[in-house]
Amino acid sequence: MAIVAIAARPQVLGLGYYARVVAQETRYEFLKMFRAKAFSLSVIGFPAMFYLIFGVTNHHIEYARYLLASYSCFGMVGASLFGLGAGVALERAQGWLELKQASPMPRIVYLVAKTLTCAAIAMITVAILLALGLTLGGVALTALEVVKLIAITLAGAIPFSAMGLLISFILPPKAGPGMINIIYLPMSFASGLWMPIDLLPHWIQRIAPTLPTYHYAQIALNIFGYAQAGTSMSLHWEALIGFTCLLLGAAWLVFTRSEAKA
Amino acid sequence: MAATAFASGFQVEPLISHRAAPAAQPVARLHSVTKKYGQVTALDNLNLSLYPGEVVALLGPNGAGKTTAVKLLLGLIAPNNGSVRVMGSDPRDSETRTSIGAMLQVTRVPETLRVREHIDLFRSYYPNPLPAAEIVRIARLEGLENTFYGKLSGGQKQRVLFGLALAGNPSLIFLDEPTVGMDIESRRALWDQIRSLAAQGKTVLLTTHYLEEADALASRIVVIGKGKILAEGTPTEIKHRVTGRRIRCVTSLELDFVREMAHVMSAERDRDAMVIIASETERVVQQLMREDPMLRGLEISAPGLEDAFLALTNPEAS
Repeated sequence: MAIVAIAARPQVLGLGYYARVVAQETRYEFLKMFRAKAFSLSVIGFPAMFYLIFGVTNHHIEYARYLLASYSCFGMVGASLFGLGAGVALERAQGWLELKQASPMPRIVYLVAKTLTCAAIAMITVAILLALGLTLGGVALTALEVVKLIAITLAGAIPFSAMGLLISFILPPKAGPGMINIIYLPMSFASGLWMPIDLLPHWIQRIAPTLPTYHYAQIALNIFGYAQAGTSMSLHWEALIGFTCLLLGAAWLVFTRSEAKA
Repeated sequence: MAATAFASGFQVEPLISHRAAPAAQPVARLHSVTKKYGQVTALDNLNLSLYPGEVVALLGPNGAGKTTAVKLLLGLIAPNNGSVRVMGSDPRDSETRTSIGAMLQVTRVPETLRVREHIDLFRSYYPNPLPAAEIVRIARLEGLENTFYGKLSGGQKQRVLFGLALAGNPSLIFLDEPTVGMDIESRRALWDQIRSLAAQGKTVLLTTHYLEEADALASRIVVIGKGKILAEGTPTEIKHRVTGRRIRCVTSLELDFVREMAHVMSAERDRDAMVIIASETERVVQQLMREDPMLRGLEISAPGLEDAFLALTNPEAS
């Protein structure tokens, strides 16, 4: 065991320092991710494109409303899994994360900045979806519904960022975005993010409650009254919070284990 | 390199006792540090101290433990045994790292950020950073501030990494292969910067495979092999630990014949010439010229740092 005798040092780093680090890290993380066209165009573009195709051009108001909620969730999950999952794995493999860790940057700031950035990018997606829905889709929304949609979508940033972090440790970095798609796409599909879960085969409907995205989507769909009949929202919230704790715990475990091995 | 085959002829003098410790307090210290990765022992009860104003070059073959030693000092890993201290505290605390700067080998730095943005971000990690303009000046990045990192040349990218290492005005700087990929001009310019850092009283720990670089910059060289220190001293002291001289000549003599000659430690062909490592140089040269009056292109040189390094890290019975 290492002898860790920490000499008493005067507190040099105050609140102002931490506030500045978080602000700068988040700002540049956002710029970095947003400017990476491959990432931002796909994470923002795919939900928008799908919405345009399936939600708007169908001229079916019900679809447009349903998909507004479900694609918002899809966008947040995607931003988190790719932003944190692929992002952290890549930066760790390339030695960039190591350079940041050699600096005094607090480790948690890195994760917070990435989570906030992914949330912000998902918000851009939601804004585009709302714009498309309200203008071309013929969807009518109350202000309360818009606020709820934004709030619930944002709530998904934490569990799915945790999932992204867990993935970044488990998957080999070379695998990259391809492997994340293998998790992301089937999981989203089976949770009813692309079409109502009642239309999916029975066996998928049975396994859906094991997926955090299912509960996430149900909470969002409930804003417009499209949640599955017979399920309670409190159950979905509990499930989502439970998944969040599980994912954060697992990510923390894997993180400290990898540190210890290093 | 042609030289690799020849240095095995050099003999190494036995390790003498340590040089007297300088009066100043060490800036950083690895104290009886052991680090294992599974069954592999990367560092074996290693002691290393770094003092203010020094440029210490850490040399050793791949797998010797150089990277492990640097990672321990940067607080990226913890030792199995022993302690690591930087400025008196544990580098695993982020507060301790406010006095450290590092230039590591990074395969890809985010390319969608501009040079000034990278600098601005790293400056924010430190409570008392250097002004951005100063960092740009030291790292010779004038005119490149708004360029995206991905658009820079290899040498310019290295300069940005050097600038990031200095962003926090550190007292202790780690440079891992800092001039890799640089042209001669940039390399010399960086060497000047490193010398001026030491002149300011800062401490630099340098790992490099360019022995010329270690020879040019280091006030102290530490040679590591298999997790232990093999030799420690000024470049001159290290070179003096290797006995023998190198004789190069163009001769028609047979290689085997030369190898059998008295005082010859090794002999190899190098293109059209022969390179001989020998003690009692003058005797050997006399005999060579007796045996081959047509011998020409005679050069005699003292062992270089490269020879010392190879002899130290590949000990062979002569």
